[in-house]
Amino acid sequence: MILDLKKLELRKVNDTLQNLERKKNDRSFTVLNPEGSHAVCAGLTDDLDVTIKGHVGYYCAGMNQNAHVTVEGNVGTGVGENMMSGTVHVKGNASQSAGATAHGGLLIVDGDTSSRCGISMKGIDIIVKGSVGHMSAFMAQSGNLVVCGNAGEALGDSLYETDIYVRGKVRSLGADCVEKKMDNKHTKKLDKLLKKANIKNFKARDFKRYGSSRKLYNFNIDNVSNY
Amino acid sequence: MCGIVGIYLKSSKLEKSLGKMLSGMLVNMESRGPDSAGFAIYKNEKNKDYKYSLCLSGVNFETFKKQISKEIKVASLVKNSDHVILKTKEKPSKINEVLSIKFKNVSLVGYGKSIEIFKQVGNPSDVVKKFNLNEFSGTHGIGHTRMATESAITTDGSHPYSTGEDECIVHNGSLSNHNNLRRKLVKNGSVFKSENDTEVAAGYISDSLKNKNLKDTLKSGLNDLDGFYTFITGTRKGFAVLRDEIACKPAVIAETKDYVAIASEFQAMAHLPNVNQAKIFEPEPGVVYSWGN
Repeated sequence: MILDLKKLELRKVNDTLQNLERKKNDRSFTVLNPEGSHAVCAGLTDDLDVTIKGHVGYYCAGMNQNAHVTVEGNVGTGVGENMMSGTVHVKGNASQSAGATAHGGLLIVDGDTSSRCGISMKGIDIIVKGSVGHMSAFMAQSGNLVVCGNAGEALGDSLYETDIYVRGKVRSLGADCVEKKMDNKHTKKLDKLLKKANIKNFKARDFKRYGSSRKLYNFNIDNVSNY
Repeated sequence: MCGIVGIYLKSSKLEKSLGKMLSGMLVNMESRGPDSAGFAIYKNEKNKDYKYSLCLSGVNFETFKKQISKEIKVASLVKNSDHVILKTKEKPSKINEVLSIKFKNVSLVGYGKSIEIFKQVGNPSDVVKKFNLNEFSGTHGIGHTRMATESAITTDGSHPYSTGEDECIVHNGSLSNHNNLRRKLVKNGSVFKSENDTEVAAGYISDSLKNKNLKDTLKSGLNDLDGFYTFITGTRKGFAVLRDEIACKPAVIAETKDYVAIASEFQAMAHLPNVNQAKIFEPEPGVVYSWGN
């Protein structure tokens, strides 16, 4: 089914996708002419496939559950923010805060993302085929961030338990983020993630792993002058 | 919030539609700034005279025309809504003097050999209609839609700000050290009309351009201007873009073989010709991007 944003209001398009008639078998949708609109495909809860043809604005596929959304273009701030499950695949670049606070599911970005990718992520897997901007995985709590390109300044600042894998260069690590050993368990996990994103040209051994040194977890009296 | 837009043409074939392109961009940024709007257009004219963009602010045009002709030699005076474009050989110091003595209500919005600036309070779609922006032609232009935060909704509080010949700036963000910087600049002879932070940034740039080029000026701005910002600064030959190093304020650039467009959000440029084939990217924080300068 085709939903053309030149002919339909955004609310109508999102309403159609959010309140699917379950008796119908049509679970494949194409959204045309997004022209940078915000919140396209936000709040989907059903297992359906949506392809958006063009560039979209902020919070695309935010709060997603179960749906598989593909964007044939670039996305603005907060793609897949707070998503719970399903997949969001961006074929272009993503702006800042991609996958912010997301609890689950998979976000794949074929291009680059700008700053704060995966900020406060809580269980999502984010796979970026290009590079990520500064302060990515800031206060990230759980899940995996895979970066095939480079990472900007202050990667993983104030990190909790997210695993970060970067293939290229890291400009600098944030507070409490350290490089960690890539053991068998992590190699296997990363291989699975790369397979999910259909990445064949890189292997897990090409990546370095970063995580929390867990020094900021508890109040430390020796650091009192720094607070 | 605020929305900022800019367009620079690489070839002359789109010059006639510059106004229309910019107008669409401003209207699409209405959601980011419904309080006031303004734009600066640079025209490819071989001008020896100065062009002064003046806001009449309630002063009758015919009265103004009669009185100003008594004070200075006017080459032409063209009315556009509540603004006029005054062409004359007179230098800015003379015009400022005449305005401050004889026409206290009339404000100088900008001046130069190429630039024309129009700005007013109200909804951006009303503002662009009022000044008939669709009909403008030019080589490049920048614009702003304002959601007022730190100073009043007035014409003087609207962007673009211009404090030097053919210079202007639009800003999305807020500066935290503008009072200190204003005091320093005033000591050096700068004059400010409002309490607005962006006017201070415009003054800073004009002051610095006396000794440096635009690129170096903006680079030094990274150290001297404290706060959040995405700036677009226009000069006679082109424009430049700068984001602060935290880069909370958005910006996206679309570049084709015919033009470079910049806006706060992609939706501002969705109507531009061949934009879907454009190279689209976000300017990196703390890096000066410039075209035509």
